[in-house]
This record gives sequence, C-alpha cells and structure tokens, in this order.
Amino acid sequence: MAEPFLSIQHVRKSFGATTVVQDFNLDVEPGEFVSFLGPSGCGKTTVLRMVAGFEEPSAGKIVVGGKDITRLKPNQRNVGMVFQAYALFPNLTVAQNIAFGLKVAGMPKADADRRVAEMLDIIKLPQMGDRYPYQLSGGQQQRIALARAIAPKPKLLLLDEPLSALDAKVRVSLREEIRSIQKKLGITTIFVTHDQEEALSISDRIAVMYGGKAEQVGTPFEIYNRPATKFVANFVGTLNVLEGKVTDAASGKVQVDTQEVSLKGKLNGSKSGDTLSLALRPEAISLGRQPGHDASLSGEIAEVHFLGSVIRVRVGIGGNTVSLDTFNNPTTPPPAVGDKADISFSSGDMLVLH
Amino acid sequence: MKSGKFWAWVVFGIGTAYFFIPLLATFEFSLRMRRGVHSFDAYQVVLGDPRFQATFLYSVVAAIFTIILGVLVVVPAAYWIRLRLPQIRPVVEFITLLPLVIPAIVIVFGYIRMYGSNSPLPFLSSDLGASALLVIGYATLALPYMYRAVDTGLRTIDVRTLTEAAQILGAGWSTIIVRVILPNVLIAVLSGAFLTFAIVIGEFTMASLLNRPAFGPYLQNIGANRAYEPAALAIIAFAITWGCMSLIQILSRFAPKSANRPN
Repeated sequence: MAEPFLSIQHVRKSFGATTVVQDFNLDVEPGEFVSFLGPSGCGKTTVLRMVAGFEEPSAGKIVVGGKDITRLKPNQRNVGMVFQAYALFPNLTVAQNIAFGLKVAGMPKADADRRVAEMLDIIKLPQMGDRYPYQLSGGQQQRIALARAIAPKPKLLLLDEPLSALDAKVRVSLREEIRSIQKKLGITTIFVTHDQEEALSISDRIAVMYGGKAEQVGTPFEIYNRPATKFVANFVGTLNVLEGKVTDAASGKVQVDTQEVSLKGKLNGSKSGDTLSLALRPEAISLGRQPGHDASLSGEIAEVHFLGSVIRVRVGIGGNTVSLDTFNNPTTPPPAVGDKADISFSSGDMLVLH
Repeated sequence: MKSGKFWAWVVFGIGTAYFFIPLLATFEFSLRMRRGVHSFDAYQVVLGDPRFQATFLYSVVAAIFTIILGVLVVVPAAYWIRLRLPQIRPVVEFITLLPLVIPAIVIVFGYIRMYGSNSPLPFLSSDLGASALLVIGYATLALPYMYRAVDTGLRTIDVRTLTEAAQILGAGWSTIIVRVILPNVLIAVLSGAFLTFAIVIGEFTMASLLNRPAFGPYLQNIGANRAYEPAALAIIAFAITWGCMSLIQILSRFAPKSANRPN
C-alpha cells in the first residue's frame, strides 16, 4: 500500500459522558474515494467533522499529507466540504459563491474569474454564473456547492450526505457526476452516507460504521460478499439469516431446523454444540436443486409475490424463512403457497456470522 | 357570517377613529396659526428656527452613532449566541428586555452617579463624553428592538452551516460576519436601525437629564411655551417615525431569498 494521504489514528470523540466515536482508525490513499456508511447516530458525520476541524477529537490524531492537522482550525486545513443543506451563501450569485474561497485566499480577480468559469464548465452549468441560489433547483445548488468546494484546489474533499436532500433520479445522476469529477481531478474524497446503494456504487472502499466504530473497511465487493460482522451483513444488502447448530465441527456439519448441511472449512473456531447464524444473499439461492450447488434444504412455499419480470418467493424452513428471487418464465407458472420446495446453494456462499 | 363581517368593520372603524381623530385634530390645529385661514405658518416657523435645525441635526447624528454602536454590539453577540451558546439565549433575551421595564430616568441617574467627574470614567466632565454617554444610553434603550430584529433575521438563515461553509473555504471570523452573516441579515439590521432612529429622535428623559441639546428637550421646551408650533412639531415627528416604518416595509422586499429551503 502506498503512503496514506489521510491517516485517522485512534480517534475518539466524547460529548460529556457519551462517547460517539471510539478508537477509529483509517488510512486513505491519495486519490481514493472512501465512503463512511452506517445508520443514523453511528458516528460517521462526527468523524468527518473532526477531519474538517469542526469538532476536536478527545483523543487520537489526524494526519493529511504527512502533516498533523488535529488541532488546526477549519480555515487552516485546505479541505473542501459539501454539506447536506447545500449551504450556498444566499446573498451571493453562483459565480460569487464559487469565487468565495479564491477571494479569501487572495487570488487575483482575473485568475479567480478564469477558475470560476472552469468550475462552471466542469459541473456543466456554464450559463448559471449570474443566478442566485434561490433561482436554482436542489440538484443545481448541490453542483454549485461542489464547484465551490473544489475551486480552491483543496487537498481533501469531504462530502456530508450531499445527496440526501435530492429526489431519487437526481441523486443517481449527481452521484455519478461527483464520482466522475473526483476521478478527473484525482482528489482524495471522504463521502458520508446512510444509503448503501450510493456507497456501493461509487466508492473505492467503504468503512461500515456502527456504534462509533468501523465495523469493516473494504472494497464494495468485499463488504457485500464477505461481511466481517453480523451488523455489516445485515446492514448491507438483503440477507437471509438461518439459525443453526454445529453437530460435527470437524466435518463442518450444521443442523438447520431438522436438516443437516455441510459447511466444510467455514466453521473455524466453532465447536460441536455451538449455535451459529448462517447468512445467504437471495441471489445465491435457487429454487430446486441446481447443478453446481452442493447444499440444499427442504421447506414449504410461504409467500409468492409476482413482480413482473421477477417472482419473489419466501420459503419456510422450520422456524426460518428464506427469501429468493426467480425470473418469470412465461411457460411455467409460479409455485403455489403451501407447495413443498427445495432450495439449493453453494456452501461457499454461506456466511457464518459470529 | 354577514353580521360577523359587519361588526368587524364597526370595530375597525372605531379603532381607526380612535387613532386618527386626535392626529387630524392636531394637524388641523397646527394649521390655524394665521387667524381665519388655514396655513403652514407654524411649520415655517418651526422649520426656520435655528434651534430646531441644531437639535434635530444633533439627534440625527446621535441616532446614527447609536445605530452603529447597536450593530457592532448586537450583531456579533446575537450571532455568537445562535452559533455557540444557544443555551444562554433565554437569559440574553431577558436582559435585552430590561430597558422596557427599567425607566430611562433610573438608567440615567445611574449614569450620572457612575460617570460623574470624580469617576474613573468621567464621561460627564466634557461635552463629547456626555454625548458619548447619551449614545450608550440610547443603545441600551434600543436594545430590545435591535436584538429582536437581528435575532429574527438570524433565524431565517442556517447560521451554523453557512458559518462552517465559509470557515472551510478559509474565511476567518471577521470575513464570516462581514461577508456572510451581515449581508444576509441586513434587512433585519435595517429594521432595528430604523426603530432605533425613531426612538432616538423623540427621546426626552436621557437627553434632558444629561443636558444635551437634542430634539426631545427642544420639543418639550416649545410645547411649554408656544401654542401652534408644538402641534406642527408633533406632526413632523410623527411623519419621521412613520417614514422610518415605511422604509422598513420597502426594504424588507429586497431581503435575499433563502437558498437553504429548496423548492
């Protein structure tokens, strides 16, 4: 791994007796796009605000480009930030908003004007310089806020849930635009979101946070397919969780309801008699026994929802219910509620949650 | 419904009459200086009086300095309370209301005792010092209006996020207040300023007890010694006050629309 550009080391933050961030560690490479993903109150925004300088860590260190910035004021950090509420200055035009940081830095007017025009081109709003924020849509305002943040060429870009106030369609297009601008400029970026789809779609790496700690840091592929904890597995994507009991740890035999499945090589550290939570993504399960699948369970169809191209089926296996999607086949009607059914999967796709 | 509307108009009519009849009577009386005809002689006399011009100019200058002092004290204070100390807001609101409860005469007697020639801060030992003390006293009297106006203005913007947005772009506190906060609460500040102006122009107690040549004591003096001129002065003072109120209304139309509440 290259020398980290941003290094958050053993950072803790308490407000009175409440600790909201505990021993948070993260190294971010230059040009990397890292998302902090987690539910409300998990501490993701607090970490971001500590990087920005709006909150001072109770313990720990934040290093950017080899320089300890932990005690620096926000205006001394050369960091850009986009806020959820846009935070454009209502009394200034779009061009004046973008030029604000440049003017504060003492850039000559001609250079600042050139930079503003360049920024307006990057965000594809070249004609909007003379407008006031109230004359723009939410999506346009947030693009201006992005241009304003990157105009002074900050070392680091912080995005605090910048898409949450926008409607779904604008959200998707703007997130792609943010990612493409970030790649083009090569700016190291931290993106805070509670929307897993957003985080999975645009990040190089994701830090999934819960209870003030990073539960797992990894690529979107790792986070989705190899969740390290039960929380990550449940929070990211849809997951079927089956309660099981280890019957023979040596040979990897686990009992689910009254049936046995073999999970060889997956039970490291478990002993016979231990209870386990086994998790499967819906897309890893097939209705009926399929070639290539080495494990199966029998149950009864509990629910069938016809959604057009997809049929969502819920299969009851003892006290557990498994949800899976199958494609609609015009020649075969969907299964009926109450039918006996087998589900099959590859034991390699089964996640053992501790 | 119809009878409700009728009674509403009756109440409105009584209220209007209660307000306007004395005003019209005063105005009509101010026009009677010349026997047998209505004329503006009283206004000519008043406006041509050098003491009127001197005292009015003194009060206008005092009002301008009071507004400057009020803005310098209230805007940063109200901003800081909203940003960092919201928990002490009720206490500050109570303090700013005190000038409405404590009579001006009590305040000015306190000043005379505190800032006499034997005091470490002998404001009253010179004309300039006494005028400065008068401005400070006026700023205190105007505090309830100025603070409320500015605080209401601050409520319409997202003070914290705008401050943070400016900070992260490299701005220091003075830049934030001058370039971000003040322009966005300018209309509110102007409202407070015009209310302050209206209070200062007619104020009598403080100016009289501090022996300052202000418009208020001049009004009182004329009122005690003349017949028609006080009525003309009352109408002039009323016009000035209402002119200020109208300016607030006109200026409020130019308030910047908030960008923090997207459509």
